[in-house]
Amino acid sequence: MSRLLGIALLIVGALSAPFFFYPVLLMKVLCFAIFACAFNLLFGFGGLLSFGHSAFLGGAAYITGHVVKIWGFTPELGLLTGAAAGAGIGFVFAVLATRRQGIYFAMITFGLAQMVYFAALQLPFTGGEDGLQTVPRRALFGLLDLSSNVSMYYFVLIVFLLVLCAISRIVHSPFGQVLHAIRDNEQRAISLGYHVHHYKILLFVLSAAFAGLAGGLKCLVVGFATLTDVYWHASGEVVLMTMLGGVGTMLGPVVGAGLVVGIQNYFAELGAWVTMIQGAIFVVVVMVFRRGIVGELIPLLHGRLGKIRQNATTRIPLPPAAAASSNPAEETALPAVAGASSVKATDGTP
Amino acid sequence: MFEIFGISSQALFSLLLLGAINGSFYAMMSLGLALIFGMLNIINFTHGAQYMMGAFAAWMLLNYAGVSYWVALVLAPIIVAFSGLVLERLFLRHLYHLDHLYGFLLTFGVSLLIEGAFRQKYGVSGQPFQIPDSLSGGTNLGFMFLPNYRIWVISASLGVCLAIWYVIERTRLGSYLRAGTENPVLVQAFGINIRRMITLTYMLGAGLAAFAGVLAAPIYQVSSIMGANIIPIIFAVVVIGGMGSIMGSIITGFVLGLIEAFTRLIYPEASAVVIFVVMVAILLIRPQGLFGVRS
Repeated sequence: MSRLLGIALLIVGALSAPFFFYPVLLMKVLCFAIFACAFNLLFGFGGLLSFGHSAFLGGAAYITGHVVKIWGFTPELGLLTGAAAGAGIGFVFAVLATRRQGIYFAMITFGLAQMVYFAALQLPFTGGEDGLQTVPRRALFGLLDLSSNVSMYYFVLIVFLLVLCAISRIVHSPFGQVLHAIRDNEQRAISLGYHVHHYKILLFVLSAAFAGLAGGLKCLVVGFATLTDVYWHASGEVVLMTMLGGVGTMLGPVVGAGLVVGIQNYFAELGAWVTMIQGAIFVVVVMVFRRGIVGELIPLLHGRLGKIRQNATTRIPLPPAAAASSNPAEETALPAVAGASSVKATDGTP
Repeated sequence: MFEIFGISSQALFSLLLLGAINGSFYAMMSLGLALIFGMLNIINFTHGAQYMMGAFAAWMLLNYAGVSYWVALVLAPIIVAFSGLVLERLFLRHLYHLDHLYGFLLTFGVSLLIEGAFRQKYGVSGQPFQIPDSLSGGTNLGFMFLPNYRIWVISASLGVCLAIWYVIERTRLGSYLRAGTENPVLVQAFGINIRRMITLTYMLGAGLAAFAGVLAAPIYQVSSIMGANIIPIIFAVVVIGGMGSIMGSIITGFVLGLIEAFTRLIYPEASAVVIFVVMVAILLIRPQGLFGVRS
């Protein structure tokens, strides 16, 4: 009952939000929420830390901007093209980065994203330092004009909800269960006959596609695509959003995105202080707050309500206190976000 | 004057010089990263910020304290090494029992803090850094003009790298360090204070980055973004070389500097990405890195 009430309140809140807040800010929050959810799909549910997600966000923003502005695509086609571009870049990244594990995986994605950054800087269609300016929003399906911020907001909200449903579906599908197994114990998953490599690549491509969708959507919302989204700071920000909100929780990245974008927006005139605030939050989260806001709230709520759902849908990743490797020279497969005591879903095993 | 492949020898030698200069920085930085990774098991993202701090510390010492270049060259790395001590004691130490990624993320956060602070104070534009009088000028070799400062950078970097290689591979202290990298628990059981070794290693890595920063200051100017610019390249160098060997890091650094310089000659547009292209090629051919060991 209380769960339904909560959902109803959230929906009413989301529907009425553009009348209380500046819609463009809300849309930016939603775009980054999609971005963070996409990253969380990879990191929280797959245990793979990509430090190159800016490439999908920024790269897809340019592609969507280009096809909508120059080729006259409608917004939904533009977004699909952006998501496809994200998936394409993501596939290349995944094939290369999955050749190494753990911390090297992060460094490789970081280096590859830097290549995309230089490509965006030098390719003729991106506009170099100026970026791609004045991208029109056009009409959805050629029918529904999106130029007003309120109608655009509802469109973004729908896309966001669809992405959230899709990610939830992926996580709870048999595919998601295999990912859970790989994250918890890669060796055992291999010995059970799973092609771990293929699962990782597919997960990476899915995550990159959603990140690309976020980038395309953001480009339509603000009307331009610039180097900011493709620079590695964006890769760091998405890690921050996800960690702050709660790695491996469904709504954590959304909360994190809201907070980080909010800080950026309200403290914008403070200049570099924003970077320092982000750095400080990062340090606090890593040192003492590794489960993130939602990750901390879930057990609290459950404790208060006095019931722990048997068939829990949200996994709570605990810091892997016991899972650290003792051999420094070895690249360990990442047991990172998978806690031994996380609540396990019992259904849907393949 | 003579020509090789249609390139004047002058252009060729100045490219060699440029490559060796960049290679010096890559070698020192990736060596520090590899040392820290070996002992602490984390990738030190703060490395770029420490490089920048080294340059700024020297610049401040020169401009505010009025000390000589040589004093600044020694003091700046020591200051940064002690800031590394604080970082290790306050934060990193509490993360060793967790996955490596937490250390990586923590040092990323710290680098945002440091770089944000310097950007807030000094903006992003470069502060000029004078070449000391004793190193200004140059030698005319007949076929090219050789600036003294650049020769100094290359020889200082080579000297420091080789000294570190010698200490680690050939001395007793180094053998403790290598043993600590291999099996810290066992080394501790032999009565060696492994915690102190870890702290010292982190200080050494940070100091090395700062030393590179001081050397780089007159060449690239001192700016708050110099660390952010070099760190992706250093990571790629580390992926290419693999972090298994000290000499491997040094050689990889210099070779990549040269490759980058020659790309500038052949196809200038690609010079910014060539190191990442090499990284991709290495991943396809030899995923564990040139000097890495397959796990």
